[in-house]
Amino acid sequence: MTSLLEARSIGKTFRSSGFFRRTSNVALADFSLSIDEGKPILTAIAGESGSGKTTLTRLLLGIIEPTDGAIHYRGTDLRAMNHAQKRQFRQEVQAIFQDPFEVYNPFYKVDHVLRTPLAKFGLAASEADARRQMEAALEKVGLRPEETLGRYPHQLSGGQRQRIMIARALMLNPKIIIADEPVSMVDASLRATILESLLTLHQEFGISLIYVTHDLTTAYQLCNDIYILYRGSIAESGDVTEVIKDPKHPYTQLLVGSIPLPNPDQRWGADQPTPKTMRSAAASGCLFADRCPYVMDRCLASVPPMIALSPTRGAACFLYDDDHAAHSTRDGVQQHSR
Amino acid sequence: MSDLTLKVDNLHVHFPTPAGVVKAVNGVTFTLRQRERLGLVGESGSGKTTTALALMRLLAPPARIPHGSMILDGVDLLALSEEKMRQARFAEISMVPQGAMNSLNPVMRIRSQFVELFQAHGQFTSSSDIDARIASLLEQVGLNPSVAGMFPHELSGGMKQRVCIAMAVALRPKVIIADEPTSALDVVVQRQVMETLGRVQEALGATVILVGHDMGLMAQFVDRIGVMYAGRLVEVGPVRTIFRTPKHPYTQMLIASIPTLEQKKLFKGIPGVAPSLLNPPSGCPFHVRCDQRLEHCSRIVPDSIALSPDHWVACHLYPKEEHHDQPA
Repeated sequence: MTSLLEARSIGKTFRSSGFFRRTSNVALADFSLSIDEGKPILTAIAGESGSGKTTLTRLLLGIIEPTDGAIHYRGTDLRAMNHAQKRQFRQEVQAIFQDPFEVYNPFYKVDHVLRTPLAKFGLAASEADARRQMEAALEKVGLRPEETLGRYPHQLSGGQRQRIMIARALMLNPKIIIADEPVSMVDASLRATILESLLTLHQEFGISLIYVTHDLTTAYQLCNDIYILYRGSIAESGDVTEVIKDPKHPYTQLLVGSIPLPNPDQRWGADQPTPKTMRSAAASGCLFADRCPYVMDRCLASVPPMIALSPTRGAACFLYDDDHAAHSTRDGVQQHSR
Repeated sequence: MSDLTLKVDNLHVHFPTPAGVVKAVNGVTFTLRQRERLGLVGESGSGKTTTALALMRLLAPPARIPHGSMILDGVDLLALSEEKMRQARFAEISMVPQGAMNSLNPVMRIRSQFVELFQAHGQFTSSSDIDARIASLLEQVGLNPSVAGMFPHELSGGMKQRVCIAMAVALRPKVIIADEPTSALDVVVQRQVMETLGRVQEALGATVILVGHDMGLMAQFVDRIGVMYAGRLVEVGPVRTIFRTPKHPYTQMLIASIPTLEQKKLFKGIPGVAPSLLNPPSGCPFHVRCDQRLEHCSRIVPDSIALSPDHWVACHLYPKEEHHDQPA
């Protein structure tokens, strides 16, 4: 099986060179992901603002270059691609962005956003063929072409606009779609239809989907696997049902406990302490140490590695380090907390 | 009833546009009891924020309120003079606006923004007195009093939101309107901010109107829910009733569309789009999207019917007679 997209321990550090001092900010560290052809994935990347999820999206799309590691597409480093390879990458890896209002030029009809990629990649033999392809793609995402084509963006709802973006991506026969918060700006009642369209793309056309979000509920509903990012590093990863139903990393536990459940009888994180600090300043150890209720001395001293909990599951937390787990009860752990 | 704080009766808000009059709020009626938390939910354009702004009388021209009354503790807010209303804002009824963190003045320290608020309401005493009050307000929302000396850009989103809550409660209002107070915040901070708002409200004995579309947040925070559709309140009831046995077809679809951790790969949206408020459909505004539509729904606007003393629904599926005559 050939590897389609492969990210090998990629990282991105943003450096700014001020006049008096240089600052560097690690937006993403040591992230790996592999998508094989013929084995499409349905993966969620979840995290709060500042977790590095947008940086990761931009890296995977080749918009920015990693400062560590490398991203390969069909075996070639994104940075070393020739023109033809780049073109293929641009066609086969598609993006859907958060804001369905900003991606449209308000002076053009929505047809423009669909016709341009067809022309750019030479996918339509004639105007009639282009029209036919546009209509077919719109129907696949549940829109009626006669109600959509020929309209201006302001005449359509946010949900319709976002589905047109999915149709646009679909027309190019992509292998991978990277969707960065595709439903966060869409009305709750329309979210379901968009997520359904995305799921259809995966199930019917075998397209790999990377769903980048802050919303664990929709990640749970849509995806098979999940990566939980915290300040640029993977805190926990694995099967989405296992991670959300039985979170292991204290950060994942905090996130899951903070989901406002749509059930008045099930109280919000009733079993969980609210973390005290809102600022963070871990210098050398675990990035979550200052908010963690189970923090230990070693958490402040060194960064926990990804510890395998099962063949498909991992958490970057010393609580699951076997050498230590034997003699660390929660009570024992807490006396070390600051 | 003596414990009634706010009574909104048949409120209408119109926006005249070149194409015609947009009826953003179309006959909204509800009451609020003391210490109660009411949630107003609905899609964008359903009139929930407009209702909130109307309560504060903060709608900018050309918006008009052609009919309605809003009686807060026996005083009709719509009958007040502009100056009286200015005094009532924050002192009687206050608001944490949508994206409140952007409502702070970026070039003023937090302290000065509080002082401005107190001065506008003629409450300036001595400087040390003011500082003590600001410190206690900041502590009440879980912030360090040193925040008073900071500029907004030095604070995180959650901290700014807490400052806005502290301002909203500074003059001990009877009603606090929170319009999507946490929509820009991460889930962990969202929970902290909502817990703060709840704690402050309880300490004050105030009433809260939470405006938003996050049903999870509503389930966690409010006592009663009002569901808005196309400028009308289509169902009002206790939060548990609305979640367990929603009656209006729109509420039913809304509840069914909430993503939960119970099911996977099963998405139920609400088909169709919200109607234009410029040319609303005749009859019940929801009949176009409704899956239980009756023959007369497209002709007659349904009245609000009380299914129980606390549960109101505006839908032809629940005719008036049935609830009086038929045995259960």
